[in-house]
Amino acid sequence: MSSVATGGGVRPTRRAVVLTTGLLLLFLLYSLAPTWFLIVSSTKNQTDLYSTFGLWFSSNHFGDNFQQIWQYHDGVFLRWIGNSILYSTLGALGSTFISLAAGYGMAKYAFRGRGVMFATVVGASLLPSALLAFPLYLVFAEIGLTNTIWAVLVPYFVNPFGVYLGKVYADSSVPDELMEAARIDGASELRIFFSVALRLMSTGGITIFMLDFIGIWNNFFLPLFMLNGERTFPVTLGLYSWLQQAQTARDMNTLVLTGSLLSIVPLAIFMFALQKYWRSGILMGSLK
Amino acid sequence: METSVSTLTRPPTAATDSPVRRSSPRRAGGRGAWKGLLFALPFLVGFLATYVVPIGFAFNQSLQEKKSSGLGFGPTQIVYTGFANFGSVLTDAAFWSSMARTLCFGTVQIAVMLGISLFLALLLDGVAARAVRFFRAGLLVPYVVPTVVSSLMWLFLYSPTGSPLHDMLARVDLDFDFFGGLNTYLSLGNLLTWQGIGFNMILISASLQALPRELYEAARLDGAREWRIAWSVKIPNITGILVLTGMFSLIGRLQLFAEPLLLRQIAPESINTDFTPMMEIYDKAFKAGNYQYAAAESLVLAVVTGILAFVFYRITNRKMS
Repeated sequence: MSSVATGGGVRPTRRAVVLTTGLLLLFLLYSLAPTWFLIVSSTKNQTDLYSTFGLWFSSNHFGDNFQQIWQYHDGVFLRWIGNSILYSTLGALGSTFISLAAGYGMAKYAFRGRGVMFATVVGASLLPSALLAFPLYLVFAEIGLTNTIWAVLVPYFVNPFGVYLGKVYADSSVPDELMEAARIDGASELRIFFSVALRLMSTGGITIFMLDFIGIWNNFFLPLFMLNGERTFPVTLGLYSWLQQAQTARDMNTLVLTGSLLSIVPLAIFMFALQKYWRSGILMGSLK
Repeated sequence: METSVSTLTRPPTAATDSPVRRSSPRRAGGRGAWKGLLFALPFLVGFLATYVVPIGFAFNQSLQEKKSSGLGFGPTQIVYTGFANFGSVLTDAAFWSSMARTLCFGTVQIAVMLGISLFLALLLDGVAARAVRFFRAGLLVPYVVPTVVSSLMWLFLYSPTGSPLHDMLARVDLDFDFFGGLNTYLSLGNLLTWQGIGFNMILISASLQALPRELYEAARLDGAREWRIAWSVKIPNITGILVLTGMFSLIGRLQLFAEPLLLRQIAPESINTDFTPMMEIYDKAFKAGNYQYAAAESLVLAVVTGILAFVFYRITNRKMS
């Protein structure tokens, strides 16, 4: 199994190479087949969906399905996609900014209580956010904010793990000497943060933004708890509501399948565009 | 999948806050150090609003109960009943069995998932660089698919009508019920494993690449076979990371919710409303309308999660020191 990449002493046997590649291809098939099924299904009408083999095409009805989705409830699907983009963008922007500021504050200023704050941040980032969904709902219901955009945005803004990353980035990318020099030049602390530090932490900022964006796009339980008007749904919740209807109205199935496929597209484009950052982001989030 | 990024993260270690870093310009008590608090203020206020207050509020709610006056015909009113709700939750067999079910299932599923990820990472370690890039991209596709969508895809694949999986099984005369008895766990486990193997493979790959080459170069020169090197050199050196990833994935699993909730749509008799603790809380709150009891359950689940996280954190720190 040794190869060019490892430059090992022993040449790989032909059989080993075939075996390795074969096994990898098998798992590749496993990883791709369900998505393939989704693509194929989105081209089928209701009858073909149940009467033809699921992993291969029959006559193409993608256009009809597409049109049906667009027309359903005055284009509610487009609205859901729009909501997802809105929640993810605003939520991730807010969270990134708050995280960078807090991380920078913790890394660069030895204020009283910094240790306690750091411990809290670490402790809170170990807890999955789903835990708080119901208590959050209770509070938001009490102050009458459920079913508004704030009910999903405000909880997204507060991300202890982002703060932890912010601190790591501030530690490693903002030199103390530079801050000292700016102070001597008469810059205020706020000015230093906005025009020096933020720029230096931009790579870290993009990574935090991206992790947040993906997390919010995929989030399901918070909107499920907080929102109940169809027009406020993000696309994940919208698809769930279609699925529920599909259990009694079978012709919803083509909508669910085509909608699922369409809902992946914006996220895929986003991840593709930020490819460079998300690999480092995954590793940052897991190995640091 | 939303939780995967945060749950797979390692607990930050003391190393990131080393004494060298402490000598930053604004020392403790130094002039202007308090300005750091200003930068942290938005977060601290948010933390208060979305962590501290909700927990306090939920605690307050959990001390109350909805009681109807008279013979149950009168208007209901909310009264404080002390720890009565907690007493009921602590002896609630359905709640604790959902907890035990999720933990047992999670342990097995995570072990299988990490096993496959490790296997794939080791395979990737042995193919040419160009092929690595190709396989890695393909194997990561499930990570890009949102949880709800991947649950939907597998839901259609598992459903008895119109599923190519059933068609293929029928061709070899196999009639497999994806939600019959223990098969439910297989189906759910397959869905979660499918979502997670690519992501975890990347993590394991990275730690394999971080191993010093000398570790196994010597063994290779001695003529050791590759599988032998993998088994006795590579795997023992990354066991720590595997255990860590596994433990924190398990904490995430305890909050399992979206996947079983979606699969329940076609298998309501195999996946009950109290299948996982979060499903039970959701059901109690929004179907039964008992907010007070759901609040108590949420807090108990939070405490159990906290204890697990604390124990795991201690185990890890001991291993590292």
